[in-house]
Amino acid sequence: MGINTILFSVLSVLTIFCAIMVIASKNPVHSVLWLVATFFTISGHYILLNAQFLAIVNIIVYAGAIMVLFLFVIMLMNLNSNTEQRKNLWMKLAGIVSAGMLLWILISAVRTYTEQLGKQKLNATFNTGNIGLIKNLGSVLFTQYAFPFEICSVLFLSAMVGAVVIGKKQ
Amino acid sequence: MPIQYYIALAVTLFCIGVLGVLIRRNAIIIFMCIEMMLNAANLLLVAFSKTHAALPNNPLAGIDGQLFVFFVMVVAAAEVSVGLAIIVMMYRNTHSVDINFLNRLKN
Repeated sequence: MGINTILFSVLSVLTIFCAIMVIASKNPVHSVLWLVATFFTISGHYILLNAQFLAIVNIIVYAGAIMVLFLFVIMLMNLNSNTEQRKNLWMKLAGIVSAGMLLWILISAVRTYTEQLGKQKLNATFNTGNIGLIKNLGSVLFTQYAFPFEICSVLFLSAMVGAVVIGKKQ
Repeated sequence: MPIQYYIALAVTLFCIGVLGVLIRRNAIIIFMCIEMMLNAANLLLVAFSKTHAALPNNPLAGIDGQLFVFFVMVVAAAEVSVGLAIIVMMYRNTHSVDINFLNRLKN
């Protein structure tokens, strides 16, 4: 068992644990902090797969910008106390059963796929290849994907106008 | 690492997100669970892009997957800004972010 396999296992366990703590903690501020931890472990997965640009962007955009926005809204609304009312126990049980069945079906599909694959192996390669480097991603982004990139600027403009229009006081 | 481990990890993360949407009632936490589901899809896209990285005739094979992750992040950022504005507006109207009170918006 190489060092990469150990790193993958540790990062996977940490990711699942942090994700469970996001929905298990009562205080919304703690949820946000656990979600930041989840994003850091996912960035660790990206680094393991040699997708360095995406790892950094994940930390800067998700953990840095989006989560600070969430935290800011929670602090603004003064929600950092566990004021959530008790939900109906049957509703909670139904949610757990449906999510568990979805997980069961998807995992069985993966197992069937693995059996059908047989000897032939599809491996996600660790620490090799240079498609994740910013030079290659940038050159493809600004040649082949230049039009969607420009559309993104329009999307951001409309999102900004929408946020201002919705958020302003009547 | 065989790809099915990555698929299993992403599927588990996605199902935890679904569970959070189903059992929590705080609108902000539901929104965070949606972000978690988006991240599960991103992780799977990156893993599959590295699966096709070893083709000898095309050194950039699989780069589209990583660019799609980039675009997913762009859309998520725009979505969060509008969604949090809607939640703030809802809090201003009902003084709560409980989704069971959302039916008051019809007045």
